[in-house]
Amino acid sequence: MATLEETEAKRPTWSTEDGASRVPYWIFQRQDILEAENRKLFHGPVWNFLCLEAELREAGDFVAVSAGETPVIVTRDKDGELYAFENRCAHRGSLLALEDRGNVKDFTCVYHAWTHSLQGDLIGVAFKDGIKGCGGIADDFKMENQGPRKMRVSVLHGLVFGSFDENVDDIEDYLGEAVLERIERVLGGRKPVVLGRFTQILPNNWKLYVENTKDSYHASILHTFFTTFELNRLSQKGGIIVNDTGGCHVSYSCVDHGETLDDDQKNAYKDENIRSDSDLSLTDMSLLASFKEYDDDITLQILSVFPNFVLQQIQNSIAVRTVLPKGTDSMHLKWTYIGFEDDTPEQRKMRLKLSNLIGPGGYVSMEDGCIGNFVQRGTKGAPDERAVLAMGGHSIETGTDRITEAAIRGFWTEYRGRMGL
Amino acid sequence: MNDYKKIAELTNLIGMVQARYVYAIDDGDFYDWPTFFVDDCFYQITSADNFAQGLEAGLMWLDSKAMLHDRILSLLEANVYERHSYRHILGQPHISSIEDGEVESETSFMVARITREGPTDLFATGRYVDRYKVTESDAKIMKRIVVLDSSYIDTLLGFPL
Repeated sequence: MATLEETEAKRPTWSTEDGASRVPYWIFQRQDILEAENRKLFHGPVWNFLCLEAELREAGDFVAVSAGETPVIVTRDKDGELYAFENRCAHRGSLLALEDRGNVKDFTCVYHAWTHSLQGDLIGVAFKDGIKGCGGIADDFKMENQGPRKMRVSVLHGLVFGSFDENVDDIEDYLGEAVLERIERVLGGRKPVVLGRFTQILPNNWKLYVENTKDSYHASILHTFFTTFELNRLSQKGGIIVNDTGGCHVSYSCVDHGETLDDDQKNAYKDENIRSDSDLSLTDMSLLASFKEYDDDITLQILSVFPNFVLQQIQNSIAVRTVLPKGTDSMHLKWTYIGFEDDTPEQRKMRLKLSNLIGPGGYVSMEDGCIGNFVQRGTKGAPDERAVLAMGGHSIETGTDRITEAAIRGFWTEYRGRMGL
Repeated sequence: MNDYKKIAELTNLIGMVQARYVYAIDDGDFYDWPTFFVDDCFYQITSADNFAQGLEAGLMWLDSKAMLHDRILSLLEANVYERHSYRHILGQPHISSIEDGEVESETSFMVARITREGPTDLFATGRYVDRYKVTESDAKIMKRIVVLDSSYIDTLLGFPL
């Protein structure tokens, strides 16, 4: 059998000249790419979003999540600190946690009762010394040399991130100041509560969804619900922020008080023949009722952290999303809908109603759940053809224009660097 | 015996209403869907986990008949998705409470989804947790919580369940 290197050598390469402006479709199709992603990205010096700190209030609380395709347990120990480690027994590799969340004093594997502490250390081996002098584990076995791999953990405004690589940049440097500020804007100093959790199964490569979240160009074209009710137009005030390494971004738009939209802008969509100007109106406008939550006029902010985390503010609908690969052509999108402890009942209700915009059936998100599969199917027979990412030029710069693919190019720039492609 | 008769009658009535409800979604006119509800109804789709934990959010969270109408309007006039349809199979309604013309019931369902380029797939299973306003010959839904058995939802929950 050919080695991985030999197989890779025979495969088409991604020309350096393409930069991030051309993306070959084999990147969404190949099993060896997925394996390399698990190794170089999800197990490498990146920050994987794990959970909300609010989900781990008491000592012994845990959640079972994933970093890429690797199952992970996040805990709060008696010292008050958070820990994360593989959900894998030190002995024969069985899952340790078989529930999504709970409160435990330790993790004892169901298979042979090997016990692990809340910090992921192996602390007990059943019948270690045998019974009545018979059996028992080999003399040279040392518990301290075993154990599931641990993650470095960072908590940022209530978001818990973990990395399998100790040498990963500090999370603040990893994000850069501008992105950091935009996380603080939504979550800083606040006490989030979970309003609900849903996992959406998408039949496409995980990177197609990541591209979609960074694509400010498509938002008002694909999502006719938004444009019909004038929630989001590219001609509205807004912009994008891309961090220095390229992989983290913020796309935002501001409320339009009606003064800034001139006739040219109003006619722009009509001229482009985009299905946007209809007479459609909602009977019950309370769906979109919102309250002033922030000091600025930003009504929509989509923020991503490389490689696979999204923080969303769509008016008062706040949610975090984690993009998890499941093979080359499937993924799970984990949604956690968020409110805050000090919400009034009226505010809470507005958040719940606005959440009709998001999720697998969301008025806006439903198209995002389908478009990746359209690409996956459309490119099936064209692995060596390339997607074009030339809107807004070739740069990955921050700007006040949203008719750009700069944030997607940013993702591919950082991706190519980290993958060595 | 009266209780038995009463429950049998209500089971029959709600069963008939639900058969029409399913027909409207699977084979009839989508715009008929809201007509099965009272004006200030509540309709939510959630998962069994969220429901058990008392988490309030829904995949759909609509609190008026007008919002149900808007849902259909948006699906038929605004949203973009690939052609698909549902086939609902319902169990017998289990009447859990009868009180002053209001009846609570639970009904199991299985829904298959048929997409343009795929076979018939099992899309969702779960139960309706309902409160009905019952009159002599009709029952209108005051509250329907669609509790999905799984928290994993295949992409595109467009039409209502």
